[in-house]
Amino acid sequence: MATRTLLGYRRSILPGFGLTFGFTVFALSLIVLIPLSAVFIKTAGMGWDQFVAVAFSRRALLAYRLSFGAAAIAALINAVFGLLVAWVLVRTDFPGKRIVSALVDLPFALPTAVAGIALTALYASNGWIGQYLEPAGIKVAFSPLGVVVALTFIGLPFVVRTVEPVLADLGAEVEEAAASLGATRWQSFTRVVFPAVAPALATGFALAFARGVGEYGSVIFIAGNLPFRSEIAPLLIVQQLEQYNYAGATAIAATMLVASFAVLMAINALQAWDRGRREA
Amino acid sequence: MTTGWPKYLLITLALAFLGANIALPLAAVFVEAFAKGWDAYVEGIIEPDALAAVRLTLLVAAIAVPFNIVFGLAASWAITKFDFRGKAVLITMIDLPFSVSPVVSGLIYVLLFGLQGWFGESLRDAGVQIIFAVPGIVLATVFVTFPFVARELIPLMQEQGRDEEEAARSLGAGGWTVFRRVTLPNIKWGLLYGVLLCNARAMGEFGAVSVVSGHIRGLTNTMPLHVEILYNEYNFVAAFAVASLLAGLALVTLLVKSLLEWRFADTIAGSGH
Repeated sequence: MATRTLLGYRRSILPGFGLTFGFTVFALSLIVLIPLSAVFIKTAGMGWDQFVAVAFSRRALLAYRLSFGAAAIAALINAVFGLLVAWVLVRTDFPGKRIVSALVDLPFALPTAVAGIALTALYASNGWIGQYLEPAGIKVAFSPLGVVVALTFIGLPFVVRTVEPVLADLGAEVEEAAASLGATRWQSFTRVVFPAVAPALATGFALAFARGVGEYGSVIFIAGNLPFRSEIAPLLIVQQLEQYNYAGATAIAATMLVASFAVLMAINALQAWDRGRREA
Repeated sequence: MTTGWPKYLLITLALAFLGANIALPLAAVFVEAFAKGWDAYVEGIIEPDALAAVRLTLLVAAIAVPFNIVFGLAASWAITKFDFRGKAVLITMIDLPFSVSPVVSGLIYVLLFGLQGWFGESLRDAGVQIIFAVPGIVLATVFVTFPFVARELIPLMQEQGRDEEEAARSLGAGGWTVFRRVTLPNIKWGLLYGVLLCNARAMGEFGAVSVVSGHIRGLTNTMPLHVEILYNEYNFVAAFAVASLLAGLALVTLLVKSLLEWRFADTIAGSGH
């Protein structure tokens, strides 16, 4: 009965395909695709030497290293504590659990600039946490370590919310079964729980990492933004723009976009792996 | 099941981590905001530039959120009620703004509409200003919030299928009636959930808006940008006072979000993001 037409669209008794599909593609092109393509068209028109001179200058390379390195460390911290938080939320009960669970999403809801100034206030040398760390020789605010702290704050919910449903699906029974078969707690974790949540954990890690690499608002207040030392890559783009150097800003942006698209593809592959594992 | 002291140790560890990482920053916002008392707090908020920032933030959200609702409904209707090739690619492209750095999200509009941008000269000749003006702020906000409603509705409507709509249609209901009487009641809580998160991001966006705004006090300063300006002027009480309004918005968002998750878990696609 179905007649195939353009795009393999099959005639349906429901109306509105032309209108809704048309508007979707129109808005997507106008707001997202065409503006994003401007970065690559501008980069292509700039010449290789000019591109390399800006996008791979020593200052830019150090900024990428900080952005990617700090995002990786923060995502790793979140993978460990995010798994712990998810496990506690799924497997245990304690008073106020609902409030705790709701607060896990605070980094999604709190504007990044607010998070940035709050973390800076906490970790400054006279702050609630900074006053104890600084005498111990640990300087967090206005140093690369501050970037890790900010990205740890931002990334936590990505891991918790990705791992939580998988742990809930797994059920407490498998852990009980492992225990009744004589497994120690550590064995039950490494042999049963961890392999089951590994794909979700990897996905959560990648999501937190991807968010951290591009993060700007929460970082710039606490990082101190010292050239060659605590400058993140997005900040370099802003600085180039402030000097009206569009080409310089675009070169760094194109490099970051290529990196984020690579991470995006990795995330899609991880999610497919996770789905495959859960359906199997 | 883990029992006894290891369980309590793990709970304590998790709560300690959340306390240091989540609760302390949140508490710091309010403590700093009230550091010099109630009067200084109120002064920071009712100052004309702060009020202008609040108005601009509300205006930007009042444009970006309805756009997002219309787009999200159109995209999810097209994607879930019909079969066509390239659907997965379309969904991935709708999600693209989530993997773009906020700063780059602002930059792309500068490349198009800035003075040295593609359309810069013709816009200047026509007397239209987009960058360093309100239209640029709206565009950047629409970009960063682009996927919110769609990514909430698509999985939800996929799960609900098309049977009810097709039945209504074959009983003679028109397309608009089907949407209003059948689809909308089924997705209303999921829609509200998406709108809530979209609104939080629209009002709180910093990086993308910062690039296109030009930071003109009283004119192109949104609340998050106003927080930055005050903070960089060492006017900490006022900075945290305005920040406390945004933190309050975040708390209300979390509260309503949690209520929706508890009450209507089966008509909401998923939490997070």
